[in-house]
Amino acid sequence: MKNEYDIIVVGAGPAGSMAARFAAEQGVSVIMLEKDRDVGYPVRCGEAISRAGVEEFIEPDERWIKAHITKFCLVAPDETEVTLQFDARQEGYVLERRIFDYELAKTAAKAGAQILTRAYVNGLLFDGDKVCGVKYEHQGEQKELKAKIVIAADGVESRVGRWAGLKTHIDFRDMESCTQITAANIPVNDDTLYFYFGKDVAPEGYFWVFPKGDNTANIGLGVSGATGKKKSAKAFLDEFMAKHYPDAPILTYIAGGVPSSVTLDKISAPGIALVGDAARQVNPLSGGGIASGMIGGSIAGKIAAEAIKTNKPGHLLTYDKAWNKRLGKRHAVFNRIKEGIFNFSDEKFNKIARSINKIPYEKRTLGKVFTTALINQPSLLVDVAKVFVV
Amino acid sequence: MEYRQAKTGRLMIDILPDKCDFCGCCVGVCPEDAIELKEAEIFIIDKRCTNCSKCIWSCPVEVIVFNKEGVLR
Ligand SMILES: Cc1cc2nc3c(=O)[nH]c(=O)nc-3n(C[C@H](O)[C@H](O)[C@H](O)COP(=O)(O)OP(=O)(O)OC[C@H]3O[C@@H](n4cnc5c(N)ncnc54)[C@H](O)[C@@H]3O)c2cc1C
Ligand code: SF4
Ligand code: SF4
Repeated sequence: MKNEYDIIVVGAGPAGSMAARFAAEQGVSVIMLEKDRDVGYPVRCGEAISRAGVEEFIEPDERWIKAHITKFCLVAPDETEVTLQFDARQEGYVLERRIFDYELAKTAAKAGAQILTRAYVNGLLFDGDKVCGVKYEHQGEQKELKAKIVIAADGVESRVGRWAGLKTHIDFRDMESCTQITAANIPVNDDTLYFYFGKDVAPEGYFWVFPKGDNTANIGLGVSGATGKKKSAKAFLDEFMAKHYPDAPILTYIAGGVPSSVTLDKISAPGIALVGDAARQVNPLSGGGIASGMIGGSIAGKIAAEAIKTNKPGHLLTYDKAWNKRLGKRHAVFNRIKEGIFNFSDEKFNKIARSINKIPYEKRTLGKVFTTALINQPSLLVDVAKVFVV
Repeated sequence: MEYRQAKTGRLMIDILPDKCDFCGCCVGVCPEDAIELKEAEIFIIDKRCTNCSKCIWSCPVEVIVFNKEGVLR
């Protein structure tokens, strides 16, 4: 370990690992600090991702793919089921993130990044207004480490950005408060992601059952903080399990938060950039943040390295624009659609499910489903059109 | 009687660390940066807390509690 690095990445999730890797690949010195003992553990995730989302960064590998997904099953409040199939090119996966995150970190290491676990970052160093390093605790000792740029990839619990003066806390209504069980003996199809909607299962959010092979599955839900005020995610999950799988052996039980909003207004400042959940780069409609976090991380890592190599610190601030162009703008549209769907009544979900079922099975595309779902919301239709056109 | 002091009056929020999953949801919504979360350790920075309750509403597993009497130390 050196006394000083070009770049410090805080947090070794998918976003941090990609930031570290894309920076290190350009030959600058990088260290990634992770507070937990292990990279990739504990896992707080439903683990679903599209194949395209994976392939952009790493060769798909059966060691961390638990299920190959070609179908969605949407379950309306009255239990009307709508099944959608997509072709193999649009395949999705359910991952074993415990291994996946580890492998991502290894790609960063291979590119030349240093990694240190059990290193809890608890403050920033400043040179005037510019961030120039971090304070951290490692094995009980308080230390300091200098760097030209700090990349905050510290997840939903991010505080690093705040210390640099960026507004990063998220409105409690936009925080999807989640619980999830990984259970055994769950008879589900290994090629299908199941989504349940309605006020009894997950108001202002959705409930998911994602297969992980061998009849195991991730079963969980997210509800908005506004719902959590009245009833917690845990209470909804316990009810669902009691109703559907009362005797299922429970392999893990986790809590988690998904920031489901537009990206923060500002995700960079002198000497610092925010990536992944820390920047609120989650797709607000699906709650998926693995792929978008990796994209955010890769963009920031690359730009940060360029800023250092060309000795133009101001170049880092072009990251905001680059992100908005790639995904940020699209997330703003997704967020409006999400807000529309949040307001649907159970009756409306039921009606939509029944009208989708009238579309012949082979003609049901995700685009058609959305159009049908939003036929009574013309304003949202425009948004949907934008999503599927770009 | 001695109470923990919050930014606005007595501290009325407490986290039950034995039940906490250290997921960070509460940290993400706290407007005052008043929650410290390490690997498996969590506490409220009393002097920053304003008793706004947002962390309680966001906790997925009900481990933050509101106590009108304030928390006795
Ligand atoms: C219940 C649940 C289900 C989900 N399901 C899906 C899904 O099916 N598909 C999908 O795409 N996404 C899903 N998500 C979202 C996804 O998990 C996140 O968006 C993704 O993990 C974000 O990656 P990240 O690298 O930004 O942050 P994280 O993966 O959270 O990594 C952040 C890292 O930073 C570390 N850290 C934090 N603070 C510090 C500090 N001060 N010092 C040092 N290290 C620190 C943390 O320990 C952690 O390792 C789900 C989330 C939840 C909670
Ligand atoms: S009550 Fe409000 S200020 Fe206090 S810790 Fe909770 S969210 Fe933060
Ligand atoms: S939201 Fe609840 S479970 Fe999660 S860290 Fe905060 S107190 Fe613990």
